[in-house]
Amino acid sequence: MSTQMQQLYQQVILDQSRARIGNTELLRDAAASPHGYSHQVNPTCGDEIELETELSEDGTIAVRWTGDGCSISMASASVLSELAAESSVAQMLEIEGAFHELMHSRGTMEADESILGDAAAFTGVSKFPARIKCALLAWMAFKDALNQAQAAREEKHNA
Amino acid sequence: MFSRLRGDFPILDVRVGESPLSYLDSGATSQKPQCVIDTFVEYFQQRNAAVHRGAHSLAVEATDAFENGRIAAAGLVGGTPEQVCWTKNATEALNIVALGMDRASHGFGGDDAERFALAPGDSIVVTEMEHHANLVPWQQLAASTGAQLRWLPVTDSGELDLTDLDTIVDESTKVLAFTHVSNVLGTINPVDRLVDRARAVGAYVVLDACQSVPHMPVDFVDLDVDFAAFSAHKALGPTGLGVLWGKSELLDALPPVLTGGSMITTVTMEETEFMPAPQRFEAGTQPVAEVAAFATAIGYLAEVGLDNVLEHEKELARVLLDGIGQIPGIRILGEAEDRIGTVAFDVDGVHAHDVGQYLDSQGIAVRVGHHCAQPLHRRFGVTASTRASTYLYNNVEDCTRFLSTLAEVRPFFGVA
Repeated sequence: MSTQMQQLYQQVILDQSRARIGNTELLRDAAASPHGYSHQVNPTCGDEIELETELSEDGTIAVRWTGDGCSISMASASVLSELAAESSVAQMLEIEGAFHELMHSRGTMEADESILGDAAAFTGVSKFPARIKCALLAWMAFKDALNQAQAAREEKHNA
Repeated sequence: MFSRLRGDFPILDVRVGESPLSYLDSGATSQKPQCVIDTFVEYFQQRNAAVHRGAHSLAVEATDAFENGRIAAAGLVGGTPEQVCWTKNATEALNIVALGMDRASHGFGGDDAERFALAPGDSIVVTEMEHHANLVPWQQLAASTGAQLRWLPVTDSGELDLTDLDTIVDESTKVLAFTHVSNVLGTINPVDRLVDRARAVGAYVVLDACQSVPHMPVDFVDLDVDFAAFSAHKALGPTGLGVLWGKSELLDALPPVLTGGSMITTVTMEETEFMPAPQRFEAGTQPVAEVAAFATAIGYLAEVGLDNVLEHEKELARVLLDGIGQIPGIRILGEAEDRIGTVAFDVDGVHAHDVGQYLDSQGIAVRVGHHCAQPLHRRFGVTASTRASTYLYNNVEDCTRFLSTLAEVRPFFGVA
């Protein structure tokens, strides 16, 4: 077993890829609070995710997703869902920014665990250009869905 | 013989990290022998010039290199050199046929091209095992002309299901387009049966020969197909070069898609007359060095003998199929008897991308994903698979290294 493989497939990633936190049926328009939806596909390997975010009045974010893909993409969606459950919108945007930067660092950055939490386990992925998209797929869907949820909340407040 | 020729491929000595390379991705692209690389370099060092124009000596030499490549390609697949049209790749070759028929359907090409015209009520037949390159252009043609797109299904064992051949390919069918060998399953399709049916209803046959020409003896004249496409880079040649092969009478009637320089006889401000094939389909500056290098590749294949290549690959396929069959939790996609050395499979509980990553950590290069055949993967209930594909430079050791590493995959990911 090479060290690179161990760096890539951290135990957290292997565990999270099986745990699949947040992997549950989408509520779509049955959701009670303002919500957004995004569908992302990685055309090179067929990885796919449908993800929705729901913004409650108390400021909490719910993330639900369904999808099929490699362990990196599934673990990433799982970690994202776990972080969303314990973070504010502002914190999630900070994590998303830090994660995006980390993934494009080609392995040159130290992950800031105080911001990234379990998402820091993906540091090794940034050394594998072919896998960066896998790690970012759920986050792209999250950012897109969150934008829509925020727009829906605005609309509701203005109505 | 096969153990000796490994030395002709310098890239096989490359190390991947600490591991030797076992290249099992020739279905995607083949490696090149030193003689092909040398021809490419020599062309630019000694013969480079514009072809088919200019009277200077170098131009003559370059033109000779270019046209000798055409002669070599005709020697490889049958027919005359005029039946070989150079394209950017096989995808472009297939598009030239589909788009040419589209133009004919919209009135281009005069009386000669009318034979290619499609309209509502006509049908185009493909198969469920096509590479997207031999599916999407026909979908586009159907959408543009109102013709119906039909397909022959695939059996559980990965062969074409010809039970309903006579109803799927019927009097309405104008085109029957199918692959000679599946790029995923490795299955060799029964060209003769399909051609017989096409002839009975007067349909044109378009053959995707990308996975057959590099791996077995193929003669398009014997197969009696109307059009065929393949690429150089899968057959020891360079990238950037494909072949559209056709019956001369049909090529000369098919409206060209790319127009401009080098493919005309007379141009006035109002209109243009086109040359016959092959120049008809070769607008603009051509990949001359690639053609010269491909000619060397063809010579190399001829020396080894494509019947020997097929036999060698069938032996490797047997090693792969037997070995994979002994690893728990792996399902092979397609178990056709008549096949080349290409084997795709699904590892239970581990995504293909992860399988490929694990194999790569030991220097084993395979393809992962849908291999540009999404409908076929859907047919087998998966979105992606892992594919090992062999060529003449692979040996049993490549296969056994691959098999022993593959056996470690499920334990590593904690699913066995």
